[in-house]
Amino acid sequence: MSKKVAFLQGNEAATYGALYAGCNFFAGYPITPSTEVAEVMSAELPKIGGKFIQMEDEIGAMAAILGAALAGAKVLTSTSGPGLSLKQELIGYGCIAEIPCVIYNVMRGGPSTGMPTGPSQSDVMCAKWGTHGDHPAICLTPASVQETYEEMIRAFNLAEKYRTPVMVMPDEIVAHMRERVVFPEQGEIEVVGRKTPTVSPDQYKPYDTSFGDVPPLAAFGSGYKFHVTGLNKMQDGFPTTKADVVQAEEERQVRKVDANIDDIVTFEEYLLEDAEVVVVAYGSTSRSARYAVNAAREQGIKAGMFRIKTFWPFPDKQIKALAQKAKAFIVPEMNLGMCSLEIERNVQGKAPVVGINRVDGEPINPDQILAKIKEVK
Amino acid sequence: MAFNYEKWLRPGKLPHIWCPGCGHGIIMKGMIRAMETLNLKKEETAVVSGIGCASRLPGYIDCCTLHTAHGRAAAFATGVKMAKPEMNVILVGGDGDGTAIGGNHFIHACRRNIDMTYIILNNNIYGMTGGQFSPCTPTGAKASTTPYGNPDPGFDIAKLAIGAGATFVARGTAFHANQIDKLIVEAIQHKGFSVVEILDDCPTTYGRRNKFKSVIEMMNRLKDIAVPVKAAEKMTAEQLQGKVLTGVLYKDETKSEYTAEYAKVIERSKAAK
Repeated sequence: MSKKVAFLQGNEAATYGALYAGCNFFAGYPITPSTEVAEVMSAELPKIGGKFIQMEDEIGAMAAILGAALAGAKVLTSTSGPGLSLKQELIGYGCIAEIPCVIYNVMRGGPSTGMPTGPSQSDVMCAKWGTHGDHPAICLTPASVQETYEEMIRAFNLAEKYRTPVMVMPDEIVAHMRERVVFPEQGEIEVVGRKTPTVSPDQYKPYDTSFGDVPPLAAFGSGYKFHVTGLNKMQDGFPTTKADVVQAEEERQVRKVDANIDDIVTFEEYLLEDAEVVVVAYGSTSRSARYAVNAAREQGIKAGMFRIKTFWPFPDKQIKALAQKAKAFIVPEMNLGMCSLEIERNVQGKAPVVGINRVDGEPINPDQILAKIKEVK
Repeated sequence: MAFNYEKWLRPGKLPHIWCPGCGHGIIMKGMIRAMETLNLKKEETAVVSGIGCASRLPGYIDCCTLHTAHGRAAAFATGVKMAKPEMNVILVGGDGDGTAIGGNHFIHACRRNIDMTYIILNNNIYGMTGGQFSPCTPTGAKASTTPYGNPDPGFDIAKLAIGAGATFVARGTAFHANQIDKLIVEAIQHKGFSVVEILDDCPTTYGRRNKFKSVIEMMNRLKDIAVPVKAAEKMTAEQLQGKVLTGVLYKDETKSEYTAEYAKVIERSKAAK
């Protein structure tokens, strides 16, 4: 039997990916260039008995998905630049209270209102450092419409598996371009459910680490009653300022991601085996990079591409390994140098790290990258 | 027989954080009596709050409790209620939390008429941060950030709620303790967004700056200014000067409740397939 195929926009594909993953609650606020997600959700969710709500603001949308997640729903919100800034307060709440949720953020120009219809990749640092305090961060940066569909499923899986907010951040080009999408059959891609308690309600603690670093999460209204707070908390969910407890809990929250980097981090290695010039790219920029690498190879230059699929946690190990043999790194990105900071951190001066940076609302084209490859080879 | 409050309180979580003379405990007891009167199931009841002294209340209540971020209780609770419309959802918070930083979520919860009860403990001040003026601090009053008297006019929470579309609005005071549970019972029974404002006192951060010599004096103020709506009907505008109406101020049973309205959306979407 042939698979179902459609010609979809990135934002539409993201929505169908979320639905495949079992998303049954969406709260959002209109914002360019991500609004299509809300539009498709408003049509699709009620058909399956799910809930769509357009909230009064971005903060309210983030709050509503956290509340719904605590009531057992698989939840999504979508936004862009200024909306991501507003949501940061409660992304932190999701991190400390350990509430699974997915935030889909389309990267547009910034800061502030910036260039609402122009592409950008300048939110990648905001994904990790946007909310205050130490916290885990998972952020996926898809490069095609098909990948956006599949990464949404993976985002829901990671959110549930690690009980933490997960961000999916396509740039505006990926979000708004149309490509062929081949839908997986039901059951073809694994969908991870929430780890729910096996103990009786009177024994249940929402942060019971005897079950590991990711404690089971009960739902409100399922027979379990418990307390949730944004304060530093003990295993029973109640606030504490006891130094040793706070230290241990903060470290555990971050460890949920840090100790599972190999499970979370994904990437593509393209023509890297003998590469002397390594282009590190992500999102739509990686499409130009691939073209440039091919063109360089045709001219006899040993170029390759390391494509970041999971931006956070960052693929430190892989970049460190590449730094042992590469002569130069080129980092094209639609910002003034964010990924390149992470590359520099990992390359540790072993090779030059050269950025190609555009913030003018135009994509980085293959010629620009090819020219830089020739320059550094 | 004495009322068994312990049944609704989480063991080991007392003493509470509230100062001697604060009315929050009186209001919590009223809320507990209301939950007992209605025989609510603890597992099916979510108590949601924001940040502040009043917002610590859910921690003491043995239900599904959610202490959210500053001002965000109504938005979190909207998510809970939409996901599980069968749950009882009660919001608790102070005047600053609810009408300043949470003002937008508050008016939109009123507008949607989503079936929840919001108990606002109005002590006219930001207590937890040490007594800064709130949108409910009287003009001219002293606060830590109005050392020369408050230049701001205040909100009338009840009028705000009615104007925004809430369908049940009541007001009581911490002095009139026996009325609190009755107002909350009626609010929870009401199908729609219900607001119960309870006028309260903060001797620590408001009273001492505003020449109240004692908690008793602050409580007596609540006693003096409160006029039941029925009694007010027979009073002149002059007599009502400086008074505050108490009791059920507004009730509309004709407006559609939000989760019921969304259930219709689900039906329509299925028919459209």
